[in-house]
Amino acid sequence: MSHSATPENYEIVIEPNRGWMRIDWRSLWEYRDLLLLFVRREFVSKYKQTILGPAWFVLNPLLTAAVFAVFFGRVAKIPTDGIPPGLFYLCGLLAWSYFSQVVTTGAATFQAHTGLFSKVYFPRLTVPLSVVISTLCAFALQLITFFGFFLYYKLCVPEASGLRPTWHVILLPLLLVQTAALSLGVTLWMTAATVKYRDLMHLNQFIMQLWMYATPVIYPLSQMPVKLTWLAWINPMCAVEEAFRLSLLGRGTLHPGYVVSSIVVTLLIFYSGVLFYQRIERTIADIA
Amino acid sequence: MNKPIVEVDKLSKLYKLGDIGTSSLRDSVESWWAGLRGERHKLIARRAKDRLIASERMGPTPDTFWSLKDISFNVQKGEVIGILGRNGAGKSTLLKILSRITEPTKGRAIVRGRVVSLLEVGTGFHPELTGRENVFLNGAILGMKRTEIARKFDEIVEFAEVGPFIDTPVKRYSSGMYVRLAFAVAAHLEPDVLMVDEVLAVGDAAFQKKCLGKMSEVRNQYGRTVFFVSHNMGAIRSLCETAVLIDNGRLVMHDTPQNVISHYLSSAVSKDSESEGQIFWDTETEPPPGSDEIFLRGIRITNGDEKPQSLFEADQAIRVEIHYQVQTRLRGARFKLSVMTQEGEIAFVATDHLFQSEVLTPGAYRTVCNIPGGLLNRRTYIIGISCEIPGERSLIAQGEYLSFTISGAGNQASHYPETWPGAVCPRIEWNVEKLELDELTQRKLEEAALD
Repeated sequence: MSHSATPENYEIVIEPNRGWMRIDWRSLWEYRDLLLLFVRREFVSKYKQTILGPAWFVLNPLLTAAVFAVFFGRVAKIPTDGIPPGLFYLCGLLAWSYFSQVVTTGAATFQAHTGLFSKVYFPRLTVPLSVVISTLCAFALQLITFFGFFLYYKLCVPEASGLRPTWHVILLPLLLVQTAALSLGVTLWMTAATVKYRDLMHLNQFIMQLWMYATPVIYPLSQMPVKLTWLAWINPMCAVEEAFRLSLLGRGTLHPGYVVSSIVVTLLIFYSGVLFYQRIERTIADIA
Repeated sequence: MNKPIVEVDKLSKLYKLGDIGTSSLRDSVESWWAGLRGERHKLIARRAKDRLIASERMGPTPDTFWSLKDISFNVQKGEVIGILGRNGAGKSTLLKILSRITEPTKGRAIVRGRVVSLLEVGTGFHPELTGRENVFLNGAILGMKRTEIARKFDEIVEFAEVGPFIDTPVKRYSSGMYVRLAFAVAAHLEPDVLMVDEVLAVGDAAFQKKCLGKMSEVRNQYGRTVFFVSHNMGAIRSLCETAVLIDNGRLVMHDTPQNVISHYLSSAVSKDSESEGQIFWDTETEPPPGSDEIFLRGIRITNGDEKPQSLFEADQAIRVEIHYQVQTRLRGARFKLSVMTQEGEIAFVATDHLFQSEVLTPGAYRTVCNIPGGLLNRRTYIIGISCEIPGERSLIAQGEYLSFTISGAGNQASHYPETWPGAVCPRIEWNVEKLELDELTQRKLEEAALD
């Protein structure tokens, strides 16, 4: 036979509650082609049948940054650590919009796939994972846009001339991995909880909005009221946001304790999210 | 070395009643509150009223039931096994557990090889994507590598007969093309164990034949193991080496297809026809066969008057009434009446297609088939009913509901004591006459007589 690459001792044991405590990397690797196809489909289906196509990936954060600049910068006059508001928000939105996009599309994509889950087996983690990866493309486009604006500000706006990336920038990939892990963890938590309680579907967006205000996206960490600094300890996105600004623009204050707690909380959310998801996933076919 | 490829050991699956599993926040709060006030049992009793369940399937608590209970059997490599059982007997649950879509509550199964299930064809087809993209996506979902799909791509397209449309989004496909493409992808997989469930209920006759051909090819050429759930008894008999019968979540029989089919048909019918010659579903207590679009209300066999009966004289015409309810506007639906022998051999299949209007509007209907007298043999027959939109989809899956027996005088077989062979025994006119002979022959005969 040409194919039949099934090894002699290949054996699947089907038992109740088997193996949801560990992550099955092997089967994820076996289904890598499916993962890639999901990523592609996720990315393509987002702008298919829109006029501007992939340009939306750039336009979306730009428009959001503009709205922020008007309302929070001009009207509410929230200080921005001496960074021009436009640049400040654009930078703040880098990590945040990646995070929130993964979480919102992740939950929606999961809903769209429940029909599939009840008909055919494949590693269920591929679905949220594909969102995490496909959103990376959007992030890359956004990062390029950011650098374009950064150059423009540096050359044309005098108060921005002192801004420059610090050596921390080499940690950016690690930071991105952390954000990805965190957003995957939160997505898994939300989808698993939504499967159990449909009502949460409507709450998810609200939670994300609250979360944004609890994160220094539209304000610098230095402006966080002392009474609320506990937020910086439990919200891993705080350190991530501030680290992005610190490494790309050279402004910001980052307490090392925040960084450590941020990483610890991220790992906790990620791992518990995977476990919860795998627990729910086993019986998803009975529910959907 | 010769371990069975699939080992099933006391597999059981417990389901919750009602809105299976999905608790809305309200439900949880409700049961928490009820628990607080010590009224939990009342709540459970209220929820359990949602559905009636045969007592032997009752689970440990009132709101649960066993979809499968202690199923054990082994399947050897290369075996093609048919799975028979009435709707809701647990066949699909079994396949779902074996293909890891859902997990068992108790027991375990060992599968030694790659499994691909075709619980429904076209799983994962995305309407916006082209046929080509969907072939790759669908193949990957079913566990194929990209290179594997690329190698078989031309073969798949050819098998599906969609050649010129392969780069068109599948949302523009006719449903026939859609199904053909979906089945083609699945049929070209190379799993060690293939699970097929009711796939053949769709597609036109020619394509169905092709699929059956492909399935026996899969068996003969590649020595793959196939689990085959179908209502097509002929296909089960010709493709399978063994068969299992599942009833009420339990394994009733594991034997040759012939024996299992006979047992299934006789038990399926005797169970349902409490009053002989008719069956009507009480929609309050049990879901009738069918779907949201159309469902059966009842079937009755009479000899022309209103009284149902199950014993007929061979020369009597038999009137089969099918009562059904149409819920949404349907175009091009047709009922099929299969008359089978107890061995599952089809005597004939008739349809009302040409006798009814093209469009069915919501309402109650009755369709009547008059089987002429002097057609059937002296034996017991089973009536199977299904409804579909030809070449598109099945609306009411084939089910066997009633039996009737032909006896007494009226056809030619009734003149003889022995059982006359044949699924039917039509009254066919014979003409016997003595011929006038010409002179030459006459003389020869006379000479021979003299000798």
